Amino acid sequence: MSTDYTPPLADISFVLDHICGLNEINKFAVFTHADREVVTDLLSEAGRFFAQTVAPLNVIGDQIGSVHNADNTVSTPAGFKAAYQAYVEAGWGAVAAAPEYGGGGFPFVVGAVLEELISSANLSFSMCPLLTQGAIRLLEHHASDALKAMYLPKMITGEWSGTMNLTEPDAGSDLAAVRTKAEPQSDGSYLITGTKIFISFGEHDMTDQIVHLVLARTPDAPGGTKGISCFVVPKYLMNEDGTLGERNDVTCVSIEHKMGIKASPTCVLSFGENGRGAVGELVGELNGGIIAMFTMMNHARIGVAIEGLALGERAYQQAYSFAHERKQGRASSTARGESALLIEHPDVRRMLLTMESQIEAMRRLIYVTAGAIDHSEHATEAADREGNEEIAALFTPLAKGWSTDTGFEIASIGVQIHGGMGFIEETGAAQHLRDSRIAMIYEGTNGIQAMDLVGRKLGLRGGDVVREHLGRIQSSIAECRVVPELSASAAAMESALEAAREATEWLLAQTNNDDVLAGATPYLRLMALVTAGELMLRSARIASNLECGPAQLRTARFFCEQLVPGATALVPAVTAGVDSLAGR
Amino acid sequence: MHVVVCVKQIPDPAVPGALNADHTLKREGKPILDESDSYGVEMALQLVDAAGGGEVTLISMAANEETAGLRTALAMGAAKAVLVSDPACAGSDALGTAKALAKAVERAGSVDLVLTATESSDGYTGTVPAQMAELLGWPALTFAKKVDIADGTVTIQRQTEAGYDTVQASLPALVSVTAGVVEPRYPSFKGIMAAKNKPVDICTAADLGLDGQLGWAGARQTITNVENAPARQAGEKFEDDGTGFEKVVSFLENLKVI
Repeated sequence: MSTDYTPPLADISFVLDHICGLNEINKFAVFTHADREVVTDLLSEAGRFFAQTVAPLNVIGDQIGSVHNADNTVSTPAGFKAAYQAYVEAGWGAVAAAPEYGGGGFPFVVGAVLEELISSANLSFSMCPLLTQGAIRLLEHHASDALKAMYLPKMITGEWSGTMNLTEPDAGSDLAAVRTKAEPQSDGSYLITGTKIFISFGEHDMTDQIVHLVLARTPDAPGGTKGISCFVVPKYLMNEDGTLGERNDVTCVSIEHKMGIKASPTCVLSFGENGRGAVGELVGELNGGIIAMFTMMNHARIGVAIEGLALGERAYQQAYSFAHERKQGRASSTARGESALLIEHPDVRRMLLTMESQIEAMRRLIYVTAGAIDHSEHATEAADREGNEEIAALFTPLAKGWSTDTGFEIASIGVQIHGGMGFIEETGAAQHLRDSRIAMIYEGTNGIQAMDLVGRKLGLRGGDVVREHLGRIQSSIAECRVVPELSASAAAMESALEAAREATEWLLAQTNNDDVLAGATPYLRLMALVTAGELMLRSARIASNLECGPAQLRTARFFCEQLVPGATALVPAVTAGVDSLAGR
Repeated sequence: MHVVVCVKQIPDPAVPGALNADHTLKREGKPILDESDSYGVEMALQLVDAAGGGEVTLISMAANEETAGLRTALAMGAAKAVLVSDPACAGSDALGTAKALAKAVERAGSVDLVLTATESSDGYTGTVPAQMAELLGWPALTFAKKVDIADGTVTIQRQTEAGYDTVQASLPALVSVTAGVVEPRYPSFKGIMAAKNKPVDICTAADLGLDGQLGWAGARQTITNVENAPARQAGEKFEDDGTGFEKVVSFLENLKVI
């Protein structure tokens, strides 16, 4: 069956095998069942399923969107419920979850690839499983055994979905302002009252039960983030035998009308709308809600980084096909009296290669980060675990910030390649642009990613974590320089590395934190370009002995020689200081 | 009930194919399950379910021990596979293939029904099912668009140009099923994990008593030449001067489609 999305399994396999070290991760005791052959089968079958079953619903999801009904239920677009049922039957949500509760226990990086495939197929649809997986991870790490046994098995199969309830009307990026209340009851449970907004899949018709994880304050909790606790609040109260009981007092009072991901219902949830309050159970320590949320933050941010990659890929595939079908104008290769295919125009080729090479660069950066998380959790040597934890910490804001910015830019180029038709909704290129915009905002805006990079990550071990990272890039460039076809790319990377060092040392030397924050966003972009550039360069070096050599060389050279030099131009912005932003 | 399904592992049609100097298809990359065989696998699983028990066995032939395509069908729910795997298989013609597969059916044990596709997507001879049935001494019911089994009898609807014939035979029998006859299930995550441990009985031509009868050695046909399919002719344009519909109708009548 032909589809309008083809899982890019060749590049994914290359990254898994040669760049992010799946062959080492597979050797960790917990992953011995996840051998390479099974991973191959899994990705090709999951890819086929998402392409054939989930991808065709992408357009109808955008055109119709989810609808809030008068009885406060939410209906997803036609076809979503059946596709979700098929997703549950296939069991794709279980792959990377814990084996104790029915999960497949596969590496995080394998789960990350599945996320790319489902997000490319249909970002709105993917939000339901993605949020569920975040909730599963939080419960796995912090819930009591009784709560785990009650909720995890059916969340892991996907029969029940999960949500994350953080944001309130006056508490967005700043969670210290959370006001939702949790009143302790004599039976040990809590009554939750308050309003949460921006709750993805907070109400929908695809599962029988929805498990909300809610941040709230108990009556005598301290102020700020240290007084926030996490509660599990099911849509239906649980009977002791595990069956669903009466409706809990949590109501979806409306859903938002959005720029994109219209089939993903973004809900306003009212807890206690019917007067009593919603019954919830404490997850983890009292006042430990923020810590609990942060254990899944790296994973969730990588999940959003993947969305930038995934929509870039989808937009690229569409633009690529169009450029090979549409004839317009003349090119030097055109015969007399005939029109050229778009792909024959050098400027169109530049646009396509800008898309393709950055998609590959994002894929490498993200999967290396995911692989580092697997190493940090399961490597046998403590030093190996710690080193990879540092890499994951440093790379996560780069992956989230740069990949979502770049995913949006790529979707914009996708519109451009379609010319006037790109601006017409019927073409479908515009949907990718609108859908991709949210990834730059949620799970920590990209500004917050940049602040995280300069505020928390740059200073790790007095700056040595970043310095050592740049040192590894230098060694890799030296290895690549000896490959004749890569000498120009290596030279370009060396200049960019010099810029990264200059910017890093300038930031580390500042005493006024505002000067550092003023340069945060250009610094994130600079570091991402240099980090991803090295991964592209390394790919080309490794591939030079393989059949895929020429393809890797083509994109690596374009990325390193034509896009990475932009890193040097960012130094003045990084080092301008806060005074350069004065005024109103 | 024990149903055997003949499945072929073919080069991925999404990858541009290439020919060897002897005009045979290059089969170097990771093969996939021929999509036209996925219908037989699904049909077999449904028939076994409907019968209240039993199992599905796959049989296949390859010049190497490649099992990637078989694993897809095992992940769908087949219980085990017999793979005739021998470098001597390379170059087999349709009859050689039928001999190997018929022997593999015998090796699979007591079998009630063999299902095949109507033809493979890479070879397209369409003759193997009938040849197999002849070698097994079983009735061949071909081009089935519906299959029912009851009381030791198989009844099919045989697709014809005009509609369908109802054809019946006693078991054991061989049935070829058309594409689209059922909706093949997707292999599930659990199915893929289970497939890892399902037995694949790999046997050689000698194991089947077919030494010298398979591959080029046993083939009674040779490929003398391969030519590209003729390029598609330019279409015919009708200007609509008010009688366009008549031209369209007469064009379609010439094609005998109306």
